[in-house]
Amino acid sequence: MKTAVVVFPGTNCEQDVVWALGVLGAEAELVWHRETDLSDFAGVVLPGGFAHGDHLRTGAIARFSPVMGAVTTMAGQGKPVLGICNGFQILCEARLLPGVLLQNRDLKFICRPTHVKVTSTNSILTRSAELGQVLQIPLNSYEGNYQSQVDITDHLVAAYCDSSGVVDDLSNPNGSLLNAAAIANEAGNVAGIMPHPERAIEQILGSADGQVLLQSFIDSLEGAHV
Amino acid sequence: MKVTVHVRRRPEIADPQGTAVSRALSDLGYGEAKVRINKEIVLDVEGSNHQEVHDRVTEMCEVLLANPVMDDFEIRIEG
Repeated sequence: MKTAVVVFPGTNCEQDVVWALGVLGAEAELVWHRETDLSDFAGVVLPGGFAHGDHLRTGAIARFSPVMGAVTTMAGQGKPVLGICNGFQILCEARLLPGVLLQNRDLKFICRPTHVKVTSTNSILTRSAELGQVLQIPLNSYEGNYQSQVDITDHLVAAYCDSSGVVDDLSNPNGSLLNAAAIANEAGNVAGIMPHPERAIEQILGSADGQVLLQSFIDSLEGAHV
Repeated sequence: MKVTVHVRRRPEIADPQGTAVSRALSDLGYGEAKVRINKEIVLDVEGSNHQEVHDRVTEMCEVLLANPVMDDFEIRIEG
């Protein structure tokens, strides 16, 4: 039940993801983006960073890395595919998730703890959480402003909120549509999240609220169905 | 052949950079101006058949240079 953690040139959160999955008792292995066969793995994570320098558009070049064929295959097989931050941007560019991530509304790089509210448990990111659960997860991005031309009501799995769970403009850090912090595909097996659950795994770092999200991913490895 | 591609974010998609520049222009006393910041990509590609080059660059735009979810693009071929 190994998880592949993909490393593109410019990825920088891969060790955090391996560490976080390890804390939760799951085995993870780094995989270079030139790998084309992921059949040994039960799930895959695209971690944060600046894949291929984020040139042209975030994720635009990474989506054509050789590994993305295997990632797309896994997505089609119903295996859990999770993109965090830059990984979320790559999944959108690869059309495995709807929408795009634009520059933050206020054109500022945001690096601070945010709160998100679980709005659906029908995904590999939220299946082990409770509906309405409020989690404190750090956000660390410039292009985190989620927009979509299609209705995302059924895709939204977590929304930015304040510490008491109110989802409104004031609690929207970057201008995302419907305060979207995390999105899943229709089947729920492909998910993207802009804040970093892998950085909220141990209380000593301020929050362990990310555990339930990565635990959801781990719980999805066995029997891919949500 | 020299080809210029203009990639423009669709009008209905927000352009935070354009909005920031618009505010700055207004603060500088230039009045209200709607601003959109676009991308110009200049290519030097092989081939001499206008239509063939146009078709190939169109495909490049659809696959990589533009994101059809948010961008429109326009291709100009010199010569």
